[in-house]
Amino acid sequence: MQMKRRDFLGSAAAGTVILAAPMVRAQGKPRVVVIGGGAGGATCARYLAKDSQGALDVVLIEPAEVYHTCFFSNLYLGGFRDFDSLAHRYDRLAADYGITLVRDRAVAVDRAARQVTTAGGETLAYDRLVIAPGIDFKEGALPGWTLADAEVMPHAYKGGAQVQLLRAQIEAMPEGGTFAMIAPPNPYRCPPGPYERISMVAHLLTQVNPTAKILVFDPKENFSKQGLFEEGWETHYPGMITRIGPDMGGTALEVRPATMEVVADGVVEKVDVCNVIPPQMAGAIAQIAGVTEGDWAPVHPADMRARLDEAVFVLGDASAQGDMPKSAFSANSQAKVAAMVIRAELTGSRAFPAKYSNTCWSLIAPEDGVKVGASYEPTAEKIASVESFISQTGEDAALRRTTYEESLGWYAGITADIFG
Amino acid sequence: MGWRGFLLLAGLIFAPALPAGADAFVPPDARAETFGDADRGAGFWTQCKGCHEIGAGARIRIGPPLSGLFGRRAGAVAGFAYSKSMARMGADGLTWNWGTLDAYVENPKALVSGTRMAYRGLKDPQDRADLIAFLRSHSDRPQDIPEAAPTARRLELDLPADLLALQGDPAWGEYLAAECQTCHRRDGSDQGIPSITQWPVEDFVIAMHAYKRKLRPHPVMQMMAGRLSDEEIAALAAYFATSGE
Ligand SMILES: Cc1cc2nc3c(=O)[nH]c(=O)nc-3n(C[C@H](O)[C@H](O)[C@H](O)COP(=O)(O)OP(=O)(O)OC[C@H]3O[C@@H](n4cnc5c(N)ncnc54)[C@H](O)[C@@H]3O)c2cc1C
Repeated sequence: MQMKRRDFLGSAAAGTVILAAPMVRAQGKPRVVVIGGGAGGATCARYLAKDSQGALDVVLIEPAEVYHTCFFSNLYLGGFRDFDSLAHRYDRLAADYGITLVRDRAVAVDRAARQVTTAGGETLAYDRLVIAPGIDFKEGALPGWTLADAEVMPHAYKGGAQVQLLRAQIEAMPEGGTFAMIAPPNPYRCPPGPYERISMVAHLLTQVNPTAKILVFDPKENFSKQGLFEEGWETHYPGMITRIGPDMGGTALEVRPATMEVVADGVVEKVDVCNVIPPQMAGAIAQIAGVTEGDWAPVHPADMRARLDEAVFVLGDASAQGDMPKSAFSANSQAKVAAMVIRAELTGSRAFPAKYSNTCWSLIAPEDGVKVGASYEPTAEKIASVESFISQTGEDAALRRTTYEESLGWYAGITADIFG
Repeated sequence: MGWRGFLLLAGLIFAPALPAGADAFVPPDARAETFGDADRGAGFWTQCKGCHEIGAGARIRIGPPLSGLFGRRAGAVAGFAYSKSMARMGADGLTWNWGTLDAYVENPKALVSGTRMAYRGLKDPQDRADLIAFLRSHSDRPQDIPEAAPTARRLELDLPADLLALQGDPAWGEYLAAECQTCHRRDGSDQGIPSITQWPVEDFVIAMHAYKRKLRPHPVMQMMAGRLSDEEIAALAAYFATSGE
């Protein structure tokens, strides 16, 4: 089949910026600036630097010195990991791969001039920009809660200190007290995440406070791995967990941090700990850069290129790509596709068809692991799910243990793949 | 076209302008196609809506509500009086998905002999695909519920001669291997997940084909291998035979 020029010009639909020869920078190398050193951004930076072997100038802008993974933070809540095991530094990305680390926050993007400005006032020019800032919370979307209330009612949904705070609050609960979670509406990062967290909180409470109760206020009809979680809760934590779905008032919610109350459909519930997982949107810098439509940044399914700018790629949670869930596995998978395409564009290396996949493991109780996964392909409109699998209810303990052990291997593998 | 656009693009450095009045946008690299056109399918919904409701708050009418239909067991809406035939099919394991719905919408009685659904069926396969795509749009979205029914079918792309010539190409294998290395350690350590570095080429190829044919049991690996062509497996084998830092 003869390839038509418009086929690959297609992604320049906006017709403004075209895949021009890379601009020559001072040191003579094309530069890729990556905003955000998380699952998407750090993977992309590492692959760009590793595979281009010095032909690209790769700059990673990230304000934090240490990245605390959200993935496996629930296992820390349950007492299965220590906090330090979730921490990853950026040192090797600089030392082993020659990535330039900029320890700062990106605050502005001038797409016409192709440059990024940091909070410290540094200006960085780019040939390609990768935006991978993860999520931010939608202010005001949950009545009664603002980000300032996170010290009282933690979200614990961005990793780090918030997760420690939540664990400390759970441990300090009065005997027989009530833990409440406000589960988020779709779409949000890690579809099974809130429910794995419920399992881990239940496990911890069974150890330290067995008469405590858990309430989950949920605006959604259903959720990922629901059958598996409900079966596990029934088996391991009978009577401890109650889910208040949309039919019972899970949609008409308000919280009152000052009095530690949750109001569902007008009914006031006094609680001891309240984990608010708020409605979410793309990290603010994606909005500032002007590559979002609504809450997320739409991208081309074949390569994660922003629909609104040829020279910009958006990875991970911040992107709207279609069927992939917002997960570290997805962000990592998308990052490798984008890195391959960017490198091809800027250095003339070979390019290959995109491959996307995702698997999410969850721990329900000690050695009771389950998983869900799917593979994805770009269609004309979106990244589409073409095949999926999920653990089955009623699996034997040996299989569940193997699945859990697999998740440990995955954590070791993906963190090495992200941070080197 | 496929990935070849990228090869060309990588080889050429030029700055053409998009010609004025160029054809409609054709995105590069479609490797799958959605099952049907939900917007067009909405047109056929008029044939169903006399008896069924769909969407938020859909209730039982003459027929059961069709929101959340994908992945649901036949005969499973509580409070709806199904035919004996439908109830039995559900008990036997009939679950609604692209394949079963296609058969049922084509000719309801061919799938469920005693169904009470008085519908003559939709004969044209494209019409059916579009109607079912409309129904699919009212079931769980995979980005929210990853295990939800797929929304697209993988295209059987002919691998062009120039790529076939790359058989066993470690550079291609290295790109493909990045996906394996999300779980399998690059340095060959094997905690929880086996090591796959420095495998003899032949063993690797045999193992991957065994997953592909579902002879080996692991679901993640069956899925991963199932989507690899013979040439991709060869490229991976070539890479892993020598990898391991
Ligand atoms: C409780 C929980 C459990 C989870 N479990 C799993 C799991 O088991 N498996 C899985 O695959 N996923 C899991 N996830 C999801 C996973 O953590 C996210 O989907 C993933 O981190 C998204 O990657 P990202 O690169 O888009 O964003 P992030 O990893 O959040 O990285 C974004 C980075 O960008 C930085 N940043 C933001 N704004 C700026 C700016 N303006 N300038 C510079 N830097 C900036 C941030 O500091 C951050 O380091 C879980 C999430 C939670 C909350």
